[in-house]
Amino acid sequence: MRNPFRSEADAFRFVWLTIGYFALIVLGEAISTWVGVSVFVVLTAGALWVLFGRKTPKLPASKAPASAPPVEHRMLVVANETVGGMELLAEIRTRAAGRSVTVLVVCPALNSSLRHWASDEDDARAATLERLDRSIAAMRAAGVDAAGVVGDGDPIQAIDDALRTFGPDELLISTYPAGRSHWLERGVVERARRRFDLPLTHVVVDPDGADPH
Amino acid sequence: MSAAAEAHPHHGPPPVHYSSRVSPSVLGMFLFIASEIMLFGAFFTVYFFDRVVNHGVNGHWPPDGFHRPAFVAGVNTVILVSSSFTMHWADSSIKKGNRNGLRAGMVLTFLLGLTFLLTQVIEYHRIGFNTSDTSFAATFFGLTGLHGAHVFIGLTILGVMTIRSFRGHFSPEHHHGIELGGIYWHFVDVMWIVVYVTVYLL
Repeated sequence: MRNPFRSEADAFRFVWLTIGYFALIVLGEAISTWVGVSVFVVLTAGALWVLFGRKTPKLPASKAPASAPPVEHRMLVVANETVGGMELLAEIRTRAAGRSVTVLVVCPALNSSLRHWASDEDDARAATLERLDRSIAAMRAAGVDAAGVVGDGDPIQAIDDALRTFGPDELLISTYPAGRSHWLERGVVERARRRFDLPLTHVVVDPDGADPH
Repeated sequence: MSAAAEAHPHHGPPPVHYSSRVSPSVLGMFLFIASEIMLFGAFFTVYFFDRVVNHGVNGHWPPDGFHRPAFVAGVNTVILVSSSFTMHWADSSIKKGNRNGLRAGMVLTFLLGLTFLLTQVIEYHRIGFNTSDTSFAATFFGLTGLHGAHVFIGLTILGVMTIRSFRGHFSPEHHHGIELGGIYWHFVDVMWIVVYVTVYLL
């Protein structure tokens, strides 16, 4: 079906089509009731054909980037407050040793429920971006080819989003230890393990050394 | 520019990935329109049922003693259609980076919408019948009142959009708030044309 309200410009055009449609019906009705009914039937049939019958161009097929050549290992790292943790950096360096590794770090922009529903995300995103900046700089200083994005507040959704554009070979989720970590409490690691068909490593970061900067 | 900013330079939530055949915004708009069609459809069904039944009894419509203020409502229709023009002007202006055009368009759209609503309220006071005076009166107020409620919601949205436009929240790259509010306002306009023609003219 062709959506007449796809954009503001389309909706504006639809206003004029509606005016034309009803103007012709009222005009026909002014001549005689049956002329009005005939105009209504013809115009409605035409409108339905345009809306439902005509083939509309489809969206370009979505495609994740082609999987990386075997020589390059792609690692998706999901972390928030622990993104600057020494344990995480050490784990990435260990895995990167002796091979070409590209790392994408996704930091979900954690926010309170109230602020989330009020679309008040700016502060949460700014804080996340700041942590991410420092972490990426530390990884690059350690010789790791790393990039970062601020993702959806829901870590599973953030992984889902990143999978479509990055195409990783493995997944690292970094959290605080059990008892301190909200993600562990919500079963994020287990849910990710069940949902994503990727080797998954859970890295636990010491709360006292999470952000050395 | 920072490392993360290089990788993710845009402001706001992550870009939409078209993983399914329908994008979220299109799906959302479909669902919204479907729910509105059902809502207005229920009111129109009652109106036409009443009209068919009572038209057979009295031989004409509306029933004796009722006068539909088609002229005032016609002027109101012109006002509302004009507000669609100004809304489109505002949207086109911000797409071209013309913030003054956006602000002027939003203020005019808001004022025209407010004029429409106030005119409708005045019309209600002067119309000479009330909701309890026959089923025609009930369906008349039901349909026009339902639309009026949509205009009120639209004005609230327009008010927020206008304030945000004066605070410089929109740019040629980021004007989703104007786009969505504009779609809603045009939808309200379309529904009024349907209501006006069916309730006041035919």
